[in-house]
Amino acid sequence: MPYTIRLDGKQHTVDVDADTPLLWVLRDSLNLTGTKYGCGVAQCGACTVHMDGQPVRSCSLPISAVGNSEITTIESVSGPEAAAVQASWLKIDVPQCGYCQSGQIMSAVALLKEIKVPTDAEIDAAMSGNICRCGTYPRIRNAIKDAAKSLI
Amino acid sequence: MPDHADPKPRRPFLTRRKLIVGGGLVGGVLVVGAGIANIGKLLSIGAEVPDSTDFGQFIKIAADNSVTIVNKHQEMGQGIHAGLAAIVAEELDADWSKVRVEAAPANVKLYGSTAGPLQGTFGSSGIANSWDQLRQAGATARYMLVQAAADLWQVSAGSLTVRDGIITDPLTGRTAPFSELLARAAQIRAPETLPLKDPKQFTLIGTERVRRKDSRAKITGTERYTQDIQLNDMMVAMVAHSPRFGGKVLSFDDSEARKIVGVIDVFEIPSGVAVVATDTYTAKRGRDALKVDWDDEKAEMRSSEDLLKFYRDTAQGKTDIKGDRFEKSGNPEGAFDGELIEITYDLPYLAHAPMEPMNCVAMVNGRRVKLITASQIQTIDQVNTALVVGCLPGSVEIETLPAGGSFGRRGIMSSDYIVECVHIAKHVGGGRPVKLIWTREDDMMGGYYRPMSYHHLWIKCGDDGYATAWRHHTVVQSLTPVGPNTPGVEGIHGSPYLAATPVVDGKVFTPKLAIPPGFWRSVGASHSVMVMEHTIDQLARRAGRDPIDYRRTIYINTHKPRWLNVLNLAAEKAGWGQPLEPGWARGVAVAECFGTTVAQIAEVTLIDGKPKVRRVLAAVDCGIAVARDQIRAQMEGSVCFGLSAALYGGVILEGGVVQNTNFDTAPVLRIDEAPVVETHILASGNPPTGMGEPGVPLIAPAIANALLILTGQPTLFLPFIKS
Repeated sequence: MPYTIRLDGKQHTVDVDADTPLLWVLRDSLNLTGTKYGCGVAQCGACTVHMDGQPVRSCSLPISAVGNSEITTIESVSGPEAAAVQASWLKIDVPQCGYCQSGQIMSAVALLKEIKVPTDAEIDAAMSGNICRCGTYPRIRNAIKDAAKSLI
Repeated sequence: MPDHADPKPRRPFLTRRKLIVGGGLVGGVLVVGAGIANIGKLLSIGAEVPDSTDFGQFIKIAADNSVTIVNKHQEMGQGIHAGLAAIVAEELDADWSKVRVEAAPANVKLYGSTAGPLQGTFGSSGIANSWDQLRQAGATARYMLVQAAADLWQVSAGSLTVRDGIITDPLTGRTAPFSELLARAAQIRAPETLPLKDPKQFTLIGTERVRRKDSRAKITGTERYTQDIQLNDMMVAMVAHSPRFGGKVLSFDDSEARKIVGVIDVFEIPSGVAVVATDTYTAKRGRDALKVDWDDEKAEMRSSEDLLKFYRDTAQGKTDIKGDRFEKSGNPEGAFDGELIEITYDLPYLAHAPMEPMNCVAMVNGRRVKLITASQIQTIDQVNTALVVGCLPGSVEIETLPAGGSFGRRGIMSSDYIVECVHIAKHVGGGRPVKLIWTREDDMMGGYYRPMSYHHLWIKCGDDGYATAWRHHTVVQSLTPVGPNTPGVEGIHGSPYLAATPVVDGKVFTPKLAIPPGFWRSVGASHSVMVMEHTIDQLARRAGRDPIDYRRTIYINTHKPRWLNVLNLAAEKAGWGQPLEPGWARGVAVAECFGTTVAQIAEVTLIDGKPKVRRVLAAVDCGIAVARDQIRAQMEGSVCFGLSAALYGGVILEGGVVQNTNFDTAPVLRIDEAPVVETHILASGNPPTGMGEPGVPLIAPAIANALLILTGQPTLFLPFIKS
């Protein structure tokens, strides 16, 4: 059935079953492939998007549950925190294979919107839902701290 | 800086071959390169060779003075794009900010290994394999451009200088960017081999300027992976596989699956039952609705515990599997009499679990095939594809995309998931694109794991605390279908610890199971380094010796200067010998893997019985450091990857069925458990060796060795945390 969602500042109408995860709506219906599939069970965070500014795992969010919430993906994430996070990611060359990095960045941006200067424990809490098999964790931590510094 | 000169570093897969070099102008782009002559003819039959026949193509220079490096190795995160580009740019004196990288097409004639007719990326060999070849390619292009400028300006080529893609005549001040000289340069014939820079003259290689070329795409969601391919008329496929290795389809009922709107077709293929649909979620729902009966007659039905018992018995000669001797020295008669130290290790199957599960896009139209996938060994994927569709291997077109991780999973001799996709696309026919997607569960249950292994050691020590006799039985599947089980004892065979022992008796026992083993980042070292490095600490402890001091004597006696140097550097940087807070200990490990030598020292404590690593000091000798920041990145990533496996890794089988199929039941390392990694790179003038794998296998024994200090107990199995 048709669903209209608010996505990246625009309205999009898609015709899918009610239980279709937002992830597959983004990727297959709307061709927004920056958001990745990694596990399908909200364990790896590769599919992280923002729903009204909060990080959510789109692989486990049925389209019928999105309602009127504003969805933001890696394709359109913006604002000072996003700019700072992406600049620090680039400066530190965080990515390796890069597949998880959309999700990492979405989680990091949400963290910095919530907490200006996160402690190590706060970074752990906010980022431990995002798996990186390449092991870019030390650089992710450094990049978040670097981004926080640049926002002060 | 310690003296580290080693006269003969090992350089796997690398032999010098005659290069045929030349250039031509193709489509307004200067193409320069080096090709391998007279090899891979069979495999390249049917391959389309560009107009510049006989010349490979590694370098393209465009009208905007940008330089594109054609990368024959797959970028799967290891940063090979940056390393290879830097090698070319250095000899070419290109403007690094204008250097781009693109993936080479599958064409073994143009892009095969310099060691033989195989295009692929494995064994941490990318940099080593391309070092001479790409330096020559860069120098050749430089020669042609400089000669072109000299001709134009009527001066001698030797009087001109090149910097950042601009050629200058210092006498007149005239300058020209490469881009203005392309047509003229294409007419220049370069000598077959050119003198290369003295490494002391390098201005890019070894500097912090060598950075990744793909970071921007990867942080904006615009990097294109196989998973992201969307083509007109494309179908998405999922396959129901046997839950047991070796199982086959007996029968299936697709009536419910076919009722789902968007399911296009359901059919049997050799590896299971394929569902093709309009999109991913529909394909998954269609697959979930299938009812399949499996024929388990040839399936592996055993559990992990059954296999462990079988392996344990095999190591003691109690099964009908006979051991093959891989190492023998001295006279064993009487050498093992008296008190023996017996040590055993039980190391599990390990899944690769890259973040991007296996996938492939295939189009088959008669005998024409195109694949779009993160092909890791293109030549093998071509051959396996050709066997399915009955075409010539070289005619199989492959667009290689970056991989969302591999860790060895995409370098499979059977090309398992690629072949699966080709079967589906062949059934669909008409050249219609099919994207095969594996779920995480498919990936975790799909086999090609790092094989489980069991090791039984009987060691006798002399009065000085060093081994006088060492019997070593390893039970492990072979990664090669024929020939000796060399990968199974890689790192045991040739170990300095065995070289230092007068009597050695090593045997490898090779079970044949339906569970397919595969190459897993660092391959044999992934288990052998745990065995050898933890054993040596246990021997040092029995001798009442400091483990680093104990090792030094062995490395000196067995002439292992590179091992000694990385060990000394790591010990110095770690503050070895200085006290830590109560409850903390340092553990050390040293290894050589694919020609690169690494030492790691980990600071470890136990929290609720679980090891916690806060810091790892790593020292590495990888020859000339091409991309320093990527060397550090690989060390950081390797420590995390190895730590993840050490803490949690292990495929659990019950009745032959994998039990831990997603990250909820198969935990992996997360950011809160990742240590700080400090990497120290030894200065070296030796040719470079790889960094993708050698940092992986040391963290497990480093932790085990720290725990030995903390608890007095050896680690006899992995993972440390059994679920």
